[in-house]
Amino acid sequence: MSADTSASKTTLSTRLWAAGVWTVVGFFVLNLIGLIGSVLTSSFATRWLGTWFPHGFTTKWYFAAWEEFQLGDVLWITFEVVGAVVVLSGLLGVPAAYAMARREFRGKRAVMLLLLLPLLVPSVTYGIPLATVLYKFGLGGSLAGVILANLVPTVPFVVLVMIPFIEQIDPRIEAAARVFGAGTLQVFVYVLVPILMPGVLAALLLVLVRTIAMFELTFLVAGPGSQTLVVALYYAVFASGVRAVQSIDAMAVVYMVTTLVWLIIALRFVNPTQIVARAKRGDH
Amino acid sequence: MTDDGPTLIQRLRANGLDGVTLLVLPCVAAVVALFVYPFFYGLFLSFEPKDGTFLGNYRNFFTDAFLYDTIWTTLRLAIPVTVVNLLAALPIAFRVRLMRRQRLLTTILVLPITLGTVLVAEGMLFYFGPQGWFTRSLMALGVLDHPLSITHGYWGVFLSLVITGFPFTFLLILSYVTGIDPSLEQAAATLGASPAARFREVFLPLLLPGLAITFCLSFVQAYSVLPSAILVGDPSNTTRVISIAAYQAAFEAYDYSLASAIAMIMGAVQLGVVAVVLGARGLFYRGPVAAAKG
Repeated sequence: MSADTSASKTTLSTRLWAAGVWTVVGFFVLNLIGLIGSVLTSSFATRWLGTWFPHGFTTKWYFAAWEEFQLGDVLWITFEVVGAVVVLSGLLGVPAAYAMARREFRGKRAVMLLLLLPLLVPSVTYGIPLATVLYKFGLGGSLAGVILANLVPTVPFVVLVMIPFIEQIDPRIEAAARVFGAGTLQVFVYVLVPILMPGVLAALLLVLVRTIAMFELTFLVAGPGSQTLVVALYYAVFASGVRAVQSIDAMAVVYMVTTLVWLIIALRFVNPTQIVARAKRGDH
Repeated sequence: MTDDGPTLIQRLRANGLDGVTLLVLPCVAAVVALFVYPFFYGLFLSFEPKDGTFLGNYRNFFTDAFLYDTIWTTLRLAIPVTVVNLLAALPIAFRVRLMRRQRLLTTILVLPITLGTVLVAEGMLFYFGPQGWFTRSLMALGVLDHPLSITHGYWGVFLSLVITGFPFTFLLILSYVTGIDPSLEQAAATLGASPAARFREVFLPLLLPGLAITFCLSFVQAYSVLPSAILVGDPSNTTRVISIAAYQAAFEAYDYSLASAIAMIMGAVQLGVVAVVLGARGLFYRGPVAAAKG
């Protein structure tokens, strides 16, 4: 009898606790959807003042924003920067990850620490000295400068994501190829590339999403001709009042769509928790 | 001199240095050129202030209330936000861990992280503004009788850091919580431990190292709040964080020397907090989280 009451008490408190937790989650998600939804609704609104919903809907703000903010140019710059960052961080990061996963050498721990630091220090902290150096070499404000600055967090990120992936591949597969007479190039092309492809693809997609959204470093280094979409959006919001709100919202939607398309593709290959759990593996 | 032991190449191989190891070099060179060199360049530059003295910038910083107050302003935002995110994320992660279909929730939560602080700030300006759906709903429900002014102040930045920071903290904690062997909890439950006791005696000691790392990573996120502090805060007063001071010194006053000094102080304060948290972590249990053998 007494055991029965204590059991039901536990169930009741557990249920209340669960209900409380889900309420908090629901409230958070609801506000998140409301926040994104109001940007989306506003970008299609003719006039939206003092009512729950706009008076009418139009797509004219997208054309206005395209003209006003030169979105064509900005998008092209964004793709150039992101493309270069993805290719370069792959070329630099994947071979390094291979060496780190396959060899034990003196100074390996120091290299690991060197790769962890850019991920543990806030980007503004190293962004300001980096911007100073890039301006000294005449790269500040240029496309090349923006690309170089964005490599600082992405190259270590690729290495840290790829190391565990390469470690779980049996080295005997490569040894077997060598036994059958394959040269280094052949081992690379016929064995390593096909095996590593899924991991490389996942890592580079994450780099892609992160670089589109990377604000601080691009902001500190970019000049008028090298602003990516997120920096252009910042300047538009910062100077709001000059332009129609709907026009800025339309630009925000263009930014959202650009990011989300790649996020959806990335999520087909990776687990959402992987997007944040980057330095976790490095701490052991 | 015919047999003088292994050659240089063989000895290097024995130490793990061969062609494959050299693949590390381009990556290390890039990080040294783009991260280590600028850091030391900034460090030396910070000791060459405009007034020609050695410590002029640092003296400036710590005697000018407009500058040294930014440390306090930053910590007053970043530490409470990190604690709130951590305390909210922990029970939710424990609940979500039991869910079969976590994917939908985690996908929704990954949205604000990928969209970033600029977009969240842009959305907040309207959504939490006097005309926005949030204020309207609360007034329609009778919770409020006049519009709140959340944005353009401390709470605007706080909220923006919760919106982008909570999902980040949550996903990290979730990956730690799901990494704990569930049979440990089942064993405790079999022995009659209540949910609270199971959390206190089994999970918490195992999670503490992970929580310390989550705290540090979330703190780093909240620490450099440049866009939201400007867009949804009060950047000349209550949310004048240290990154704003550094930015203004570099790009408005063109005093790169002072800007580098502020960046160095910023890094030192942040690493100080991280060191305290990781140092405290050393006091607790460190060991395998999963059961040794199945």
